[in-house]
Amino acid sequence: MGDMVNVYFSGKRYSVPAELTIMTAMEYAGYTWKRGCGCRHGFCGACATIYRIKGKNELKTCLACQTQVEEGMYVASIPFFPTDKRTYSIEDIRPNQQIMMELYPEIYSCIGCNACTKACTQDLNVMQYIAYAQRGEFEKCAEESFDCVSCGCCSVRCPAGISHPQVGLLARRLTGKYIAPKAEHLEKRVEEINHGEYDELIEQIMQKPITEMKELYNTREIEK
Amino acid sequence: MYAPYPENMMESIKKVEATRAERMSTEPRRLTADEKDALLKEFHPDYNPDAFAEIKVGPNKGEKAPLELANILHSTSRILNEDVDITKVDYDVDVLVIGGGGAGSSCAIEAHNAGASVMIVTKLRIGDANTMMAEGGIQAADKENDSPVQHYLDCFGGGHFAARPELVRRLVMEVPNENKWLNELAVECEIEKDGRMMTTRGGGTSRKRMHAAKDYSGSEIMRTVRDEVLNLGIPVVEFTSAVELLKDEKGQVAGAVLVNMETGDYSVARAKTVVIATGGAGRMHYQGFPTSNHYGATADGLILGYRAGAPLLYQDSIQYHPTGVAHPVQIQGALVTEKVRSVGAQLVNANGEAYIHPLETRDVNASGVIRECREGRGVEAPSGQLGVWLDTPMIELLGGEGTIEKRIPAMFRMYMNYGIDMRKVPILIYPTLHYQNGGLEINGDGFTNTIPNLLVAGEAAGGIHGRNRLMGNSLLDVIVFGRNAGKKAAAKAKEVELGTPNLDHMKAYADELKAAGVDTGDISPLLLPKYARHER
Repeated sequence: MGDMVNVYFSGKRYSVPAELTIMTAMEYAGYTWKRGCGCRHGFCGACATIYRIKGKNELKTCLACQTQVEEGMYVASIPFFPTDKRTYSIEDIRPNQQIMMELYPEIYSCIGCNACTKACTQDLNVMQYIAYAQRGEFEKCAEESFDCVSCGCCSVRCPAGISHPQVGLLARRLTGKYIAPKAEHLEKRVEEINHGEYDELIEQIMQKPITEMKELYNTREIEK
Repeated sequence: MYAPYPENMMESIKKVEATRAERMSTEPRRLTADEKDALLKEFHPDYNPDAFAEIKVGPNKGEKAPLELANILHSTSRILNEDVDITKVDYDVDVLVIGGGGAGSSCAIEAHNAGASVMIVTKLRIGDANTMMAEGGIQAADKENDSPVQHYLDCFGGGHFAARPELVRRLVMEVPNENKWLNELAVECEIEKDGRMMTTRGGGTSRKRMHAAKDYSGSEIMRTVRDEVLNLGIPVVEFTSAVELLKDEKGQVAGAVLVNMETGDYSVARAKTVVIATGGAGRMHYQGFPTSNHYGATADGLILGYRAGAPLLYQDSIQYHPTGVAHPVQIQGALVTEKVRSVGAQLVNANGEAYIHPLETRDVNASGVIRECREGRGVEAPSGQLGVWLDTPMIELLGGEGTIEKRIPAMFRMYMNYGIDMRKVPILIYPTLHYQNGGLEINGDGFTNTIPNLLVAGEAAGGIHGRNRLMGNSLLDVIVFGRNAGKKAAAKAKEVELGTPNLDHMKAYADELKAAGVDTGDISPLLLPKYARHER
């Protein structure tokens, strides 16, 4: 076993190998995750965690699965946080400024403290994307918030009670549906398929004996 | 000099750098069919006879399965000796969807839109699923030089001619429609300046048909579909797992017994149709491999269906993704998306040789990595794990500065957490347990052949990908077969007359185990992997 460090889970001290992540360190200590553990690879945001290094004032936020343990780490996982998702029909809403005012009016109470950005486990400029949302600049908000994993650390720290991940998601859906250009080649292919243009060809290939399929497959031209 | 790795790794990198210019001017040769077969037979983990056991009971009796899967098939029900009152019904719905990933969620949306009362039960949260972690993209044959027929050929051949033709047809013919559906739900996708969708190559695909949203493709789909489930007000019971199906006296599926993951309390859901959308099995760690899968990927749906009498198909065929993280140890087994190769990185061994084409099918590329390591051309990480290089600096040289941050930001972020800048140095990879090629057998409409009104969708189903799945075909599988299952389950529910739910099949299965003399001492489904270390 290599170096060990002392970490504190909910205030209780455990000695764990220094190479572990917070997530695997808790398992090393004997815990079985139920809440607070999802994909284990940094994509789902289930393992939002808050910690402080002993003797230091700063509170830090992270994903437990993507963060290596440190000596003197006081760890509290955030198993659930009541972010506030408003419901809507994507067909009925439009990408105008009023929609943010209607669905997420609290974004206009932002006091510019930047705690959300500091808390972001993905290093996104959260306050900036909220500012874009305030101004109805959905495309920019979508781009800036794109890598969000909805861990909610921003919302935990927000004095205005903003549910930032939900705001970003709304902006991305508005952008995807109403702002981004439509792909004509896709529409065209859908039409062709729905008109049955490939039905016969597909039937033919389905009926081919395996030997012929092998020949076709092994000699097919591969686009460079 | 920038040196984020130990000395032995940096020494090898010098060789990688020395050959880079020359490698970039030529594309490695594609293997012939015979060469591929030989490579697979010698190095693919599916050919390791010690890693499989014979199934002793049930519909696939006499066939083989990975040891760990055979173990859960040979274990008794979690509720065999529990006192669960199944006459007390807690949830009564038309369509019960087990699993809240991409397949389950899109299934629920369609069932709801078809007018059925539908409920999702899911072991963790909605969206805690392999869909969320799919990075590289979704295939769709929508460009002019491509067609559903070409997609069929790639998929069928890439799966070693073992896929069910009717399932492949549904996959390739419905894809463009599915992508249009996703567009309408407002899933974002990489688009070129002229409005055309940006597409790239994938392993074993003969056309550029991979559509992506950076390397958060699955996340983008999952979070949008999840948002839609919530907008529609579909009930989602989280942290609740199905532990046994219910059947009635006519042999129809009738719902499921559920367990609250936190309190351990049982409840009963009665339903006219049931959709198993429980996903994969990476957390079974077949052959000791690390996995790219989410925490709950423990093959639950396979045992639920199997114990009730539904056969498996290709349960012995597992996909090891060629490029899992080999170093650093904190993220070992995490997926390095195939898109890294799609946008230009080559696989390079310790001597700096591009020993294989980087876009062969996954089983072939995985076998290639294993061969290089086994034959002494691998690089050793400090943990002792061997691996080969994925030459990521090539991406910036080919696509221009900034390509990595723009096209694969999740990969960049994951490595930068550990001080490794993949723009400057290659990354070390080794295969990781990624996908269950097989699963419960379904017919062309998504129903099991043996249990009326039981459907399977997504990774839990078998036969769509044959014995090897191509990149980008699972995201579309979950959407195509998820949505299809939702429509079919809702329609079927209208004509179902349920009898009285019972658990007779569970008892019969236990008797069968006893008669076969099988006793593992374990219970199944597993629900969660056993990672906690206990000192005593």
